[in-house]
Amino acid sequence: MTTAAIEAPATALPADWRDFLALTKPRVMTLVVFTGLCGMLVAPVPIHPVLGFTAILCIALGAGAAAALNMWYEADIDALMKRTRSRPIPAGRMAPEAALQFGVGLSFFSVLLMGVATNWFAAAILAVSILFYVLVYTVWLKRRTPQNIVIGGAAGAFPPLIGWAAVTGDVATLPVLLFALIFLWTPPHFWALSLFVRSDYANAGVPMLPVVAGAKATRIQIMLYTLPMAVAAVAPWPLGLTGALYGIAASVLSFAFLALSLAVLMNRATEPAGMKPEKRLFAFSILYLFAVFGALVTDKWLVV
Amino acid sequence: MTPSDEEIRRRQKGRAIVMALLLAAFVVLVYAITIAKMGLAS
Repeated sequence: MTTAAIEAPATALPADWRDFLALTKPRVMTLVVFTGLCGMLVAPVPIHPVLGFTAILCIALGAGAAAALNMWYEADIDALMKRTRSRPIPAGRMAPEAALQFGVGLSFFSVLLMGVATNWFAAAILAVSILFYVLVYTVWLKRRTPQNIVIGGAAGAFPPLIGWAAVTGDVATLPVLLFALIFLWTPPHFWALSLFVRSDYANAGVPMLPVVAGAKATRIQIMLYTLPMAVAAVAPWPLGLTGALYGIAASVLSFAFLALSLAVLMNRATEPAGMKPEKRLFAFSILYLFAVFGALVTDKWLVV
Repeated sequence: MTPSDEEIRRRQKGRAIVMALLLAAFVVLVYAITIAKMGLAS
C-alpha cells in the first residue's frame, strides 16, 4: 500500500530533464570520451575536425544510452543499495518506461549518426558495444558470476577501438592492444575499490568477488590481471607501433602499478581501516590509464 | 496528493526548452557534417 501511495503521483508527474541527464552517468562518460579521443588521435590518418567531433559525440551518446538501459534494467537492485537508491527510477522521479524509451531512442540515434558521419564499420562496433554492455553484462552475467566486472570491463574497452575505426574504417593491432589494456585494467581497478568500500551488493544479490570469494582470492585475482595488463600496455613499443617515449612511460607506469598490486597482494587486512594499499592502488589506477593514453598521444604528435 | 497543474506545466516547459536547444544544435551539426563531407569529396 505504501509503495502505491509513493509511486502513483511520482509517475504522473513528467520527469525533470535533469533526471534524463542523470540516466546517462555523465561522470563515467569522461573516461569513455578521453580513451575514444586518444584512439582517434593515434590513427594513422587525420580526420576532419567536425567528423571527429561527431564521432566522439556518438561514442558519448552510445555510452549514455547503455547507462540509461542499465539503470532501467537494474532499478530493482538499485533500490536495495544506499549508493544507488537515489537514482531517478528507484527514487520514483521517473517512470521506468521513460528510461527504456530514452535509452533505446538514444542508442539508435548514436549508431545512425555515427554511420552517416563517419562509416558503418565504426557504427557497427558502437552498436555491438551497447548491446554487449546491456545484454551480456547487465542482463546475463552481472547477477550470475563474480567475474561480472571482467565482462563489464570489455564493454568499457570499446571506445579507443571505435575512435580508431571512425577514422580508418577498420581495426589494427594498436587499437586491439588498447582494448586489451582497458579490458585487463578494469578488474584490478574495480576490485581494489570493492575491497575497501563496504558495499551492500550482498543485500542486492549481486555476486561481487570480495563478498563471494573473500579478500585473499580477490587480491590474487588483482595480481593475475595486472601482469597481462602491463604486457598489453608496453607491447606497442617492441612491436614498433609507438616510439620510445611511450615505451618508457608505459614501462615506468606499469612497473609502479605492479609494485602497488604486490603491496595489495601482501596485505592481510580484512577491515577497510587497514586497506591503505588498496586505496593507493585504486587512486593510482585512474591516473595510470589517463597517463598511458596521454603518453600514447604525446608520442605520436610530438615525437614523430 | 496529486501534482499541481502548475508543477506539470513547469516540468513540460523545461523539457520543451531543452529539446528545442538540442534540436537547434543538431541542425547546426548536420549542416557542419554536410559541409565537411562535401569538402572531402572534392
